[in-house]
This record gives sequence, structure tokens and C-alpha cells, in this order.
Amino acid sequence: MKGNEALAEAAIRAGCRHFFGYPITPQTEVSAYMAKRMPKIGGTFLQAESEVAAINMVLGAASTGKRVMTSSSSPGISLKSEGISYIAGSDLPCLIVNVMRGGPGLGGIQPSQADYWQATHASGHGDFFNLVFAPSTIQEMVNLTFTAFDLADKYRMPAMILADGMLGQMMEPVEFPEVQAHPIEKPWATTGHGGKRPHNIVNSLYLKPEDLEDLVRQRFARYEVVKENEVLVESQYTEDADIVVVAYGATARIVNSAVKSARAKGLKVGVIRPITLWPFPEKVIAQAADSCKAMLCVEMSMGQMVDDVRLAANGKVPVHFFGRTGGVIPTPAEVLAEIEKIAGGVQ
Amino acid sequence: MTHNILLAGFGGQGILFCGKVSAYGGLMAGKQVSWLPSYGPEMRGGTANCSVCISDEPIGSPLVLAPDLLLVMNKPSYDKFIHTVTPGGTAVVDSTLIADRDEVEGVHIHYVPATALAEERGLKGLANIVLLGKLLGETQFLTLDEIKKGIEKSVPASKQHLVEKNFEAIQLGMSL
Amino acid sequence: MAIVFQKPKALTDAVFHYCPGCTHGIIHRLVAEVLDELQIEDKAVGIAPVGCAVMAYDYFTCDMIEAPHGRAPAVATGVKRALPDGVVFTYQGDGDLAAIGTAETVHAATRGENITVIFVNNAIYGMTGGQMAPTSLPGQITQTTPYGRDTSTAGYPVRVCEMLSTLSGTALAQRVAVDSVPHVKEAKKAIKKAFQNQIDKKGFSIVEILSSCPTNWGLSPVEALDWLRENMLPYYPLGVYKDIDGEAK
Repeated sequence: MKGNEALAEAAIRAGCRHFFGYPITPQTEVSAYMAKRMPKIGGTFLQAESEVAAINMVLGAASTGKRVMTSSSSPGISLKSEGISYIAGSDLPCLIVNVMRGGPGLGGIQPSQADYWQATHASGHGDFFNLVFAPSTIQEMVNLTFTAFDLADKYRMPAMILADGMLGQMMEPVEFPEVQAHPIEKPWATTGHGGKRPHNIVNSLYLKPEDLEDLVRQRFARYEVVKENEVLVESQYTEDADIVVVAYGATARIVNSAVKSARAKGLKVGVIRPITLWPFPEKVIAQAADSCKAMLCVEMSMGQMVDDVRLAANGKVPVHFFGRTGGVIPTPAEVLAEIEKIAGGVQ
Repeated sequence: MTHNILLAGFGGQGILFCGKVSAYGGLMAGKQVSWLPSYGPEMRGGTANCSVCISDEPIGSPLVLAPDLLLVMNKPSYDKFIHTVTPGGTAVVDSTLIADRDEVEGVHIHYVPATALAEERGLKGLANIVLLGKLLGETQFLTLDEIKKGIEKSVPASKQHLVEKNFEAIQLGMSL
Repeated sequence: MAIVFQKPKALTDAVFHYCPGCTHGIIHRLVAEVLDELQIEDKAVGIAPVGCAVMAYDYFTCDMIEAPHGRAPAVATGVKRALPDGVVFTYQGDGDLAAIGTAETVHAATRGENITVIFVNNAIYGMTGGQMAPTSLPGQITQTTPYGRDTSTAGYPVRVCEMLSTLSGTALAQRVAVDSVPHVKEAKKAIKKAFQNQIDKKGFSIVEILSSCPTNWGLSPVEALDWLRENMLPYYPLGVYKDIDGEAK
């Protein structure tokens, strides 16, 4: 299945019955799949008048406690950022998919990872975070969709799948896990009180600064629990590695190819692949920085995740960067050349 | 064993379909596979290309930049990709549509008038599959049986009557 | 002792934060009375706007959501699609509904979204201190039109009911006012119909309520109602602009 379709099917199997979207390349297959399937299973597919409206429809449906999602690509996510901030500020769970393309502005439609900062640090105004998942295979896109819905519900926060045009468009075999959805009680939902409880209010407005500060601090205490328990990361060949390459998503596949070639040439190179970008696997990177001699971060951007890698490495080893941007996909050969360049300095 | 296949031509020539047949064929053979299309704003007539990886191991980069198997159906793609084939690799070229005859050292290039042949034999629109048959015949990157299964999986349910025609086209290509 | 007057059940005990003479209080009460009379308060979800009524979630006893500025019809759409048997209403001002939220309003209407929209038009941005609204009248002095609204640079006021009445998805578009007892009674009838339409699954129903803002108009409450009658009624004629039951004027 195409990555975008696999993700949509996984969302349905995870219990999502409400999809609100707006057309944009390269994620349109998600909408098209939902438009086909939702009416047959009693769900909602709605093509909104704008990204802004779509994310607010998500806010409304999420307020009722139902599993709900939207998907878009970079320029559309910018438009959704208002709603994402309100959703986070109202402690609502939902799934947002960003199939990244080149930017800024209209940019291009080829794969990119230039929305890392937006996704992990600035997906809207105010003090808040989203769960951010970065799959690197279609199978992982499926698996992480289930995880994203479950954790969004558990921690009452938005979750984002950060993919790129390559993952969205490519086909790979997938197996859908037997696991069913894990719906949980949502006593906070605005469903009509039915005379059985006091009224619920979904709100992000707190005019007393002390009240707002208390609430934000509570939210950040919850974030600490997330950071402690929900980090996902994959490490390969890091035990004896002189050079550790850090990459996520589709770029990590390219890096894997390069690292295999490097190992074949006798270079001690390892890979760390963050699967959750927030929470970021800072401990794993810090540990690697204790034993390796240099790090290399590879991204389809001018260098965004590299900031977090440097923070985690905390000056213990030099952290180099290699990136292509604007929709240009780095090649394994280019990455290998960078590794060899660093290896020359290391030896 | 890993095959990195690049298929390229104009939109509407069935390049993506050809890639799907190969990928599904690989899947039927129990291999790891990936299929990655180039995508552009033009739905028909623009250049289309598609990367297919078939491997015994998990696939790293799904983007094929240095193919060992190339199938090419128009001049711009020929110019762009014929010199990217790895030494020892194989290319099949539709010579009805491409007049050039480059020599590339270490690469087996087969020029097949696939579009003309397909029309002659009542297989209009299946030049892509004729070329795939030639590629299969020359390299055995999959078995005929696996490619046939790939065709069965790739032809949409509403067009199952075309499966036999596709089989014919594959066999025609293999016989050349 | 006989009870001759009481607060509707659908209003909480919270004290309204509205300015003296503001007509939001009347409109809140009318909505609450209708929720009580139609016995729908227990399955209602209200959407508060950004603007003076932002804290409406503290005043109604039903479940409430506070929406981003202008997005209440989109939020209501999400709620209604998830709870098709619920009763969903938005309560919005003129800046919220007819400026920043125009797209959401128009498209909720054209989809025939089965929701009820209470639209309070007082021709000014109240919450932020009296700036020009999309419905401010030509020549009207506001903080951002200190020389009066000049239509050659600031354009013309939007007539929302007239505009929405052209859309096939609109079931009811009616303009009322709360400047006098007969008008208040008429307003309540319209609000009740707008909710009844939703219960009967007739589609998008909007009631525009001409309202006063003594504070930002710089008038006493009584003068403000006179100003409404003299200036707003001629530009915004009361009446039913669309009613799929065939009662349009």
C-alpha cells in the first residue's frame, strides 16, 4: 500500500471515525482514502473550506471524546497552527499528520524535513508540546498511528505523525496489527451532561495569570512523565562506533545504506534513529556521545534536529551536519563521503 | 541479492504500473520490496519515473539513483538515466520512441521497438509490459511465474479481462 | 409565596461580566429560556466565541466549548458530526462571525450544517475597546474610524442575513432586535424556531440580533437603544430573510 493510504487505514483501525481535511500535495491520498471508507463505516469525512476550519472541526470532534484526525502538508500545517495551539491549551487529544514538503512559502512538493522545528518546538503560540512521531517505513507509519492515538488519549495532548513526501507516496508491504483500539474513558468530554454530571467546559482561556501558570505547570509536569516513559529510538552498531550518525524518517533509510557501505569499508560507524522527535531521545544520544568520537546529523533541511543533537551531546564530541533541502533527497554516496571526511579527521 | 530498478517515460505510458508489477512480483517471491513514484503537478504527459527495490534484506534508501535495471520509454528519460546504470547492469529501451544508440561501457543495452511491436500484435498500450518482458528475459530478476502473479495483483479488479493481454505482452518481450 | 420571576435553569449563578446596559444579558436569558422550554439543555453543547461573550461558557449550564476567534461554526461542525443527536449552538459577535470567521460562517451555512447560530450584531468590537466592526455603519465613529467609517477606504457594512439567505443550505436566516419588549418577544420566537429547526434536522439556522453597546458607543443605555432604532434598523431591516418552511417575507 502507499504510505498515505496505509496510514489512513491504520487510523480507521485505531478507531478514528472522524476526518477533517483540505486538499494539498503530497498527502491527498489520505483524504481520498478517508472519503472512500468513512461513509461505509458510519464515519465522517469532511472536506473543509480551509485548513483553519479543518483543524477547528478537529477541535470540536475531539471535545466530544471521539478519535479524530486531520492531515496536511507543510503550508497547510502552518495554517493549522492556530488550532493546534488551542487544542493543546484545551488538553484535547487528536492526530495531526504532516507529510512534509519543501519550504518556505509555497516551496515545492518534493520530500523535505524542514518542519522539524515547527513540529517539535513551535507548532503554535504558547508554552506547549505535541507528541511527534517520525516513521521511516510504511509498516512503522501504520504502527505509530496506533501508538499516536493511544498516547494522545492517555496524555490528553495532540499527536503528530511527521512523515515526508517520500514515505507518503511510496509503497511497501505492510501488515496491520491485530491489536484493536484502546479507547479510554473521557469524563471531561462535552457530550451533553444528560443530567448526570455538572457541565463540562473545554477551554483555553484563563484571565488570572496565576491560574494560567498553574495550569501550564501541571501540563509540563505531564510532559515530564511523557519524556520519562514514551521515548522511542532505534540504535544500530553504536557499541563500538567512532562515528554516530543521527537521522530520522526517510533520511534514516538513506543513512542506513551509507552506514552499511562504511562498515564494509571497515569504518566503525553507528546510527541513532529518533522515532519520537518529541520527546527527543536525548539520553540515548548523550550516552553515545560518551563513547563515540564524533557525530553526524543528516536531514532534509538546512539543519534543525542537529540543534537538539548538539544540546544532548553537550559539547562532549563535535556534531557535524549534512543536509539537502528544497526537496532534494541526499544520496547514500553523499552521506558516505561525509562519513569518510569525518573519519579522516577522527583517525 | 538486491535489484534496484528504475522505470522512466512519459506519464500515461504505464511506467508506474510497470513498477507495481515488478514490486508485487517481488513481494510474491517473498522478497523485501519498495515502490516509489516521482510525483509532479502534471497528471498526464509529464515525465514519470518510478524506483523499485527488490531485495533479500531490508531496503535502505528506496530512491534508485544508480539502477542495475533500467526500463526507459522516452528521450528525456533516456538522456537523463542511461549513464546512471551501474556496470554489469541492463537497460531496455523503446526504440520506436528513442532513436539514440549510446554505448555505455559495461552496460547491456537492448533496443526494442516495443511500441511498434505492441501495435502490430494487437497489444496497443502494452509496450511497457513488452519491455518488462524483455528485461525479465535478459536478466531473470524474477521468474515468469512471479511476474505473472505481479500482473494479477496490479491489474485493478474492474479490468481483470486485461490480465491475459498482459501475459501475452510479457511473453512477446521475453521472446525477442 | 408565589414565584413571579426566576432565572432560567439553563443559566448558572455566575454574575455576568457585561457592562451596564449591554444587551448580551437579555440574549443569554432568551437562549437559556429556549433551552429550558425545549428541554434540550442536557444534550446541548454551546460554543463560545472570542469577543465580549468569550466567557459564555461560565453562564450556560450545558456543556460548553470556547472556540478560537471566528472558528465557532467549524468547532460546532466537528461537535455535530461527532454527536448528530446532540443540540449544538454557537454564540458569536459581529467581528467573530462576519470578519475573521466569515469563511467558517458561509461554509457551515452552505453545507447546511444542522446547527443553531446566535449572532449578536452591535456594530462594534466591544471586548477590545470599540474598534470598527464589519457591521459598523457608514460614518460611524469608532476607535479605528475616528473620523467616521469612510466607505471609500473602509468599505461597506456586511448584511449577514441577506448574504446567507442566498445559500441553499440555510434553513432559517432571521434578523431581530432587543431594543423593545415586542422586539424581545419576537427575538425569543426566532431563537426558539432556530433550535426547533435543529431538532427537526432542517439545517443551518441563524438568528441575527441587533444589539447595543452603550460603553463603546459612548451613550447611556437608553440613548444606545434610541441610536440602535434610529441608525441600525434602517440599514439592517428586521425580518425573515430565508425560511425553508416558506415564511420568508
